[in-house]
Amino acid sequence: MTKIKKTIDIIGVPRLIIGLFFLILVITALGVGLNPASLFSDILRRWMMYGILVLAMVPGVQSGIGMNFGISLGIVSGLLGAVVAMEMAYVNAWFFHFGAGAAWLTLLVALLIGVMLSTLVGTGYGLLLNRVKGSEMTVSTYVGFSAIAMMNIVWILLRFQNGQLRWPIGSGLRNTASLSESFGGLLSNPSIYSEPRTIAIPEGLNEASNVSVQQPKALSFLAIDIGDSGFVLPLGLILVFALCCVIIWLFLRSKKGIAMSAAGENELFAISNGINVDKMRILGTAISTVLGAVGIIMYAQTYGFLQLYNAPLMMGFAAVASILIGGASIERASISNVIIGTLLFQGILTVALPVVNAVIDVSALPEIIRIILTNGIILYALSKARGGRR
Amino acid sequence: METEYLLSMNNISKDYFGNRVLKNVDLQVKAGEIHALMGENGAGKSTLMNILFGMPVIHHTGGFEGQVQLAGEDINITDPHDAMNYGIGMVHQEFMLIPEFTVTENIKLGRETGKPTMLPLFDKIFGRDLDSMQWDDMAKDSRKALDSIGMVNIEEYAKVAGMPIGFQQFVEIAREIDKTGIKILVFDEPTAVLTESEAERLLEIMRLIASRGIAIIFITHRLDEVVQVADSLTVLRDGEFVARKEVANTSFVEIAQLMIGRKVEKIVEDEEEDVRDISDDKIALELEHYCVDMPGERVLDMNVKIRDGEIFGFGGLAGQGKIGIHNGIQGLFETEGNVYLYGKKLDLEKRGEALRNDIAFVSEDRRGVGLLLNESIERNIIFSSMQVKNEFLKGGLLDSKRSREHTLEMIELLDIRCTGIQQTVGSLSGGNQQKVCLARAITLNPDILIVAEPTRGIDIGAKKLVLEHLRKMNREEGVTIIVISSELVELRSICDRIAIVSDGTIADILAPDAPDADFGLAMSGLKREDVGA
Repeated sequence: MTKIKKTIDIIGVPRLIIGLFFLILVITALGVGLNPASLFSDILRRWMMYGILVLAMVPGVQSGIGMNFGISLGIVSGLLGAVVAMEMAYVNAWFFHFGAGAAWLTLLVALLIGVMLSTLVGTGYGLLLNRVKGSEMTVSTYVGFSAIAMMNIVWILLRFQNGQLRWPIGSGLRNTASLSESFGGLLSNPSIYSEPRTIAIPEGLNEASNVSVQQPKALSFLAIDIGDSGFVLPLGLILVFALCCVIIWLFLRSKKGIAMSAAGENELFAISNGINVDKMRILGTAISTVLGAVGIIMYAQTYGFLQLYNAPLMMGFAAVASILIGGASIERASISNVIIGTLLFQGILTVALPVVNAVIDVSALPEIIRIILTNGIILYALSKARGGRR
Repeated sequence: METEYLLSMNNISKDYFGNRVLKNVDLQVKAGEIHALMGENGAGKSTLMNILFGMPVIHHTGGFEGQVQLAGEDINITDPHDAMNYGIGMVHQEFMLIPEFTVTENIKLGRETGKPTMLPLFDKIFGRDLDSMQWDDMAKDSRKALDSIGMVNIEEYAKVAGMPIGFQQFVEIAREIDKTGIKILVFDEPTAVLTESEAERLLEIMRLIASRGIAIIFITHRLDEVVQVADSLTVLRDGEFVARKEVANTSFVEIAQLMIGRKVEKIVEDEEEDVRDISDDKIALELEHYCVDMPGERVLDMNVKIRDGEIFGFGGLAGQGKIGIHNGIQGLFETEGNVYLYGKKLDLEKRGEALRNDIAFVSEDRRGVGLLLNESIERNIIFSSMQVKNEFLKGGLLDSKRSREHTLEMIELLDIRCTGIQQTVGSLSGGNQQKVCLARAITLNPDILIVAEPTRGIDIGAKKLVLEHLRKMNREEGVTIIVISSELVELRSICDRIAIVSDGTIADILAPDAPDADFGLAMSGLKREDVGA
């Protein structure tokens, strides 16, 4: 009996309830005849694709700024990196010159620009948060909203030539830009390694104004189609997520990382040990923002589309909800909170929507349920002083 | 015979959850007399007053034993309102004034005079809560109260915000005076926040009030003030009644002695022969015109030289500044003046300057400053050493093996009772938490160890172990140890010299076996010479 109690204590009651709920949903889903292979494939894909965005919460929480609702700053940095990289790829006809490597180059440049931008933005954002100690989460929520609004202006003003990015008529960037002619699916979509893609290039380079590009079969291990069942193992995506987790885990065990966690937990303790608390908070905020940029690029490559304008408005909330379900509190968060929380949150969303659809036929219902779930979880978790025992 | 006293509290006992804080205490005050209630911190003064005022904290914890008489009649005070009705008032140390209200509004708060509004139905429905205020009458009352304590220069219509602290205190007194039928007025360390001239003024006013037949209970630890204004005094010590004296029949030295008392038992015994080489030529730490801006514990122009290899103690009452000393060196509060470590000046503006120079600290605020409560014992113990000296690192990352070994060693050495090195520090008992703090300081291998309130809130066993270990470090490793403590017994049992801090500076440096009276006088900021004894 005490053993059971101890186990429950370690897992935490909220996680237990939500975990059971998830299990029941999965069983129901299978019961109503959903294809298990594609269901689990979906869960796995979404788990990995949201993972880094959720991971971005960890350095923020550990450095003492609480949940980084302002992750939108990192997200827009990443998006900007991606559109600039795509434009460079198009204007310089990378696909014409480098063939299959161009997709990888675009991804790399997108990450590079995204990381550089987000480092700058994150540092500035950290400076701002140091001025509003005590109400970081409220401020960061509005910083996030403002960043999205400001970027709306930027998106409409950007005069790009890439047909995938700009509106077919007029100027400015599209709401949703397809990545199928860029780095979309490199790490998660098996079809990219099995069929050639036709990719537009600027006029005058060849007759057809496009090239056919085939990713090398040798890299097909990055996205494995298992049999014909419909189950896809996005190994590339998993590796990137795992790499990010390991990097953050190692960082949190380094001298700087430990100092940062201490600054976040007990400011006076940190000061009395000669640690510059403000600097540590900036460090945490910057890392969080950088992870946001990397996270959105990984998200976009999996999803296959770049979503500009208001699409990332609430992404921060989903990330916060995920890590809270995972057992984090607004004071402490760990990598395991990220992994468990993302699985539960995205898993429930993935399964709940088709189940609800199968049972009731109301078109807007899935979206409504998603909103209720996301905000409900945040409300629940924030009203709890702390999550389960770490 | 009892009737000669206006207030008489007899055989008062009180315990909080089995912890006896008052043992058969008596307090008797005559009408028109200023009676000083004296004792060190924790002597039971506040608890006694809480009983007198019927504070909820008393009644929520099972009430008290004993009997309270007012003018010979048994009275039963169960809440602060009762106390007010019996004519017992208090002037608080922390002013209970609303800054944005005027003097009149503050004086009359809760006791406003009103008259029913024109609409007769209103007071039928809402009671008197919607009365229209008679501001002119109230202003007149306030004026009268202010005048009666000689405060003709305080305007009754001025806002309290921005008034000098002294004036605020007088407004507070006026409020108590204005209460009809006030018989007993308690002053809780009223001079602590005042300047010297304001304090003089206050004492005069107290005499004035007493001369009108109101009994005053004057809580203070300042001997000179007591001798100056009080007629009689009661001394409490460790929750026990020590003596009631007429001021005229006693002396500074006697009062001081009564306050400190003879606490014979030493917590740790020193059997070994002292072979240390301590001399005035070798100074480990010197403070020169040292000031620390720590609210509530200010240090003002302190000068002291601490010799290499000694155990030096800082004692004194709470709020006098002893706590500020190490917080300044540690870099938690702004400092002025010079601090020399073995003759080398420390730049305390720099973060972690003291730690880098091998001064380690055990903070008095364990949970607030001393520990990462949500982190493991291991993380807490190695933290400073890792950050300051780059120990326990391998390739830039935490060296789990060494850190583990060291933590286990410390747990063994200091007998830290825990389930394992990963247990979070927040779930340990106070004594074990203190040992973790000490372990972290020891891990730094310091030349100088500054320990504040080493035994606060820990049980006797842990207390002994901690003190013994401090002595051992001093004797065997030659670590210079500075102990800052409110517990004189503790200081006297391990220190070589004890500085008593009063008003932010050192009143006297005494040997541990100096007479009790000297300690008592020093706590009041006096020396034996000052009182001509």
